[in-house]
Amino acid sequence: MKLTGAEIICKALEYEGVEVVFGYPGGAVLPLYDKLYDSPIRHILVRHEQGAAHAADGYARATGKPGVCIATSGPGATNLVTGIANAYMDSVPIIAFTGQVNLSAIGRDSFQEADITGITLPIVKHSYLVKDVNQLAATIRAAFHIATTGRPGPVLIDLPKDITIAQAEFEYPPQVTFRGYRVPGRCDSAQVYQAARAIGEARKPVIYAGGGVISSNAAEELREFAEKTRIPVTNTLLGKGSFPETHPLSLGMVGMHGTAYANYAVSYSDLIIAIGARFDDRVTGRLDTFAPNARVIHIDIDPAEIGKNVRVHIPLIGDVKPILKELIQRVEVPDTREWLKQIEQWKAEYPLRYTNEEGVLKPQYVIEQIWEITRDKNAVITTEVGQNQMWAAQYYKALRPRTFISSGGLGTMGFGLPAAVGAQIGRPDAVVFDIAGDGSIQMTVQELATAVQYNLPINIAILNNRFLGMVRQWQELFNNKRYSQTEFPDLPDFVKLAEAYGAVGMRVTRSEEVRPALERAIATPKPVIIDFVIAREENVFPMVPAGESLTKMVGC
Amino acid sequence: MRHTLAVLVENQPGVLTRVAGLFSRRGYNIESLAVGETHEPTISRMTIVVDGDDLVIEQVVKQLNKLIDVIDVQDVTQAEYVDRELVLIKVNAEPSIRGEIMQIVDIFRARIVDIGYNTLIIECTGDEGKIRAIEKSLKPFGILELVRTGKIAMVRGQKYEED
Ligand SMILES: Cc1cc2nc3c(=O)[nH]c(=O)nc-3n(C[C@H](O)[C@H](O)[C@H](O)COP(=O)(O)OP(=O)(O)OC[C@H]3O[C@@H](n4cnc5c(N)ncnc54)[C@H](O)[C@@H]3O)c2cc1C
Ligand SMILES: Cc1ncc(C[n+]2csc(CCOP(=O)(O)OP(=O)(O)O)c2C)c(N)n1
Ligand SMILES: [Mg+2]
Repeated sequence: MKLTGAEIICKALEYEGVEVVFGYPGGAVLPLYDKLYDSPIRHILVRHEQGAAHAADGYARATGKPGVCIATSGPGATNLVTGIANAYMDSVPIIAFTGQVNLSAIGRDSFQEADITGITLPIVKHSYLVKDVNQLAATIRAAFHIATTGRPGPVLIDLPKDITIAQAEFEYPPQVTFRGYRVPGRCDSAQVYQAARAIGEARKPVIYAGGGVISSNAAEELREFAEKTRIPVTNTLLGKGSFPETHPLSLGMVGMHGTAYANYAVSYSDLIIAIGARFDDRVTGRLDTFAPNARVIHIDIDPAEIGKNVRVHIPLIGDVKPILKELIQRVEVPDTREWLKQIEQWKAEYPLRYTNEEGVLKPQYVIEQIWEITRDKNAVITTEVGQNQMWAAQYYKALRPRTFISSGGLGTMGFGLPAAVGAQIGRPDAVVFDIAGDGSIQMTVQELATAVQYNLPINIAILNNRFLGMVRQWQELFNNKRYSQTEFPDLPDFVKLAEAYGAVGMRVTRSEEVRPALERAIATPKPVIIDFVIAREENVFPMVPAGESLTKMVGC
Repeated sequence: MRHTLAVLVENQPGVLTRVAGLFSRRGYNIESLAVGETHEPTISRMTIVVDGDDLVIEQVVKQLNKLIDVIDVQDVTQAEYVDRELVLIKVNAEPSIRGEIMQIVDIFRARIVDIGYNTLIIECTGDEGKIRAIEKSLKPFGILELVRTGKIAMVRGQKYEED
């Protein structure tokens, strides 16, 4: 039987097991929306296409399934761009469908025409402009395959309107073959053997775990590996949840705002075992002084990550999970007793700390309370970007994978709320918190309407300092407190804003109100904003100034 | 150091943009790029000359390999290969000096492909060294226009064993 392009898309999505898509309609995708109307696939109507892309991203990170978003041609498509870039930087599998003008109208500056495959070229894993309806099903199959295998990433499919109307015989290919796309297979056993020996010989080894552990679903293996070898584990921002941060072997986060003991451990180690982590500059600090005495084992599925920033002695190319399984079998257990003692000393000497002062609300305290109240629950934390994000990274001890979702590589203010929408849709039973800043929340606050429409009980905790706090902190430290354009003299009343949207608003100004407010928020079956009025000029410490060595931390 | 890469790609619209975009986005220096269909019409071959140290070249090759439309990348720099480039050069050539120019053309086994009132167009094929040399030799006459195809390269066939 022949189906229209739009019907083929709906069917293909069903074949791919897609239950929900995030989107926003418009002229070029009218035929698609007409078919979605009858489709069993749930459509979540966002309020801005950026929200659709971030929601698909949050959904993917929270569930491990690919996220799907849809936008119309022209402005709809360009509104997706930030969200696509975000997913690209953090290696998140999303598939973006964009409407396009009719094939014959392409290239003539037609109404609402934008060259979205061109615009997104450097920020997609791959993209397609469909020119033949007979290729549509195979294209969608290919897109899902590419987005979800190897190093995950966003794939865009641009759909000329006439393609969605034209008809073709529908047959969904069970698989597609590529001449130019191969996912690395089994890692070379000789390399694993070499790594196993190097680990046995190490005296000051450290595991540096990243987002790849989570996308590989290898947290169990990581734990077994660390416990067997007695090697301490530090994680990146995107690696939060790959290893329980309350574990005695955990060092918490490494890097610019990592713990002092994680930064010391990495800097003085004799062996770094990088697992699904990409030696980002927020992590390494100054490269030429980074971990000067360490040999490096690097497990990564993307060969281009090996040696990109840091010299690697033993590369293990492939999926984390099977490699760790083999390593667990083969590894020689090193003697780390002295090293662990040294680390205990660092932990005692340089703990994460802040001071609670009478009458002021500290953001760290708020995060600690959110952690206390959700630690034993099925909870997902998303964050915005800035100080709020870093306090969340430091004080919210992630225990399980896919529970801490943050925009790392792009650092997109406005990510947290739509990501929370996606996470809550994907995990309806979870308690979801967006840890937000007063600046970031204003970038995508319209998605509160989405949360209200779909009865999503997400909790938005605004750490309100009436500053673009992270930038202000840099101005304080490096620009002589010249607060150029970082202060908000007039903010909306976030309580009233919540109410205007049909959500619940609360304001907290004192420490003792924090706990009751959080309890009330969790018990409220609607979206809630809590406006935490915090100490305005609180800073995030420790901090490695940009471009400095990892050991040159201030404020610890 | 300059490296010569032989890159097989899907013969599809947009592939050239992806490759060129990769180079500009990651800050690699393309010195030349030549592209054309192979004997298998669904595959095109690009010859890319790129400048960079070993680390940069390693990244270039790996990043190229990540493009879905790139089928194979070979760095032929260290291999025994034949390379050719074609250049067209329009020189000032008043009748009185044409003889001198024609001598140069002969020496390089180049060809004259157009004679104008005061100009000649010379076609020359060869490896990099030869192209550079003919350009240098013609320069004193005044080069009015010059166009190069970019280098193409092919690894030599396996040689018969000598006994
Ligand atoms: C304001 C701000 C401050 C920041 N400060 C810090 C900081 O102090 N510390 C910090 O850590 N980060 C910080 N970040 C985040 C930082 O910018 C990077 O996003 C982060 O460090 C990258 O994490 P990752 O190395 O785990 O890599 P990801 O971006 O998660 O990459 C994952 C890696 O794993 C590989 N991979 C994926 N899947 C697999 C698989 N199945 N098998 C094997 N390999 C796989 C990928 O190829 C990739 O190399 C900050 C961000 C912001 C916005
Ligand atoms: C879209 C976007 N624009 C600008 C920035 C630069 N930036 C990084 S942090 C920050 C301040 C964030 O302010 P707020 O949300 O109030 O968080 P705070 O740091 O105060 O907790 C800014 C402007 C960014 N990361 N993203
Ligand atoms: Mg703020």
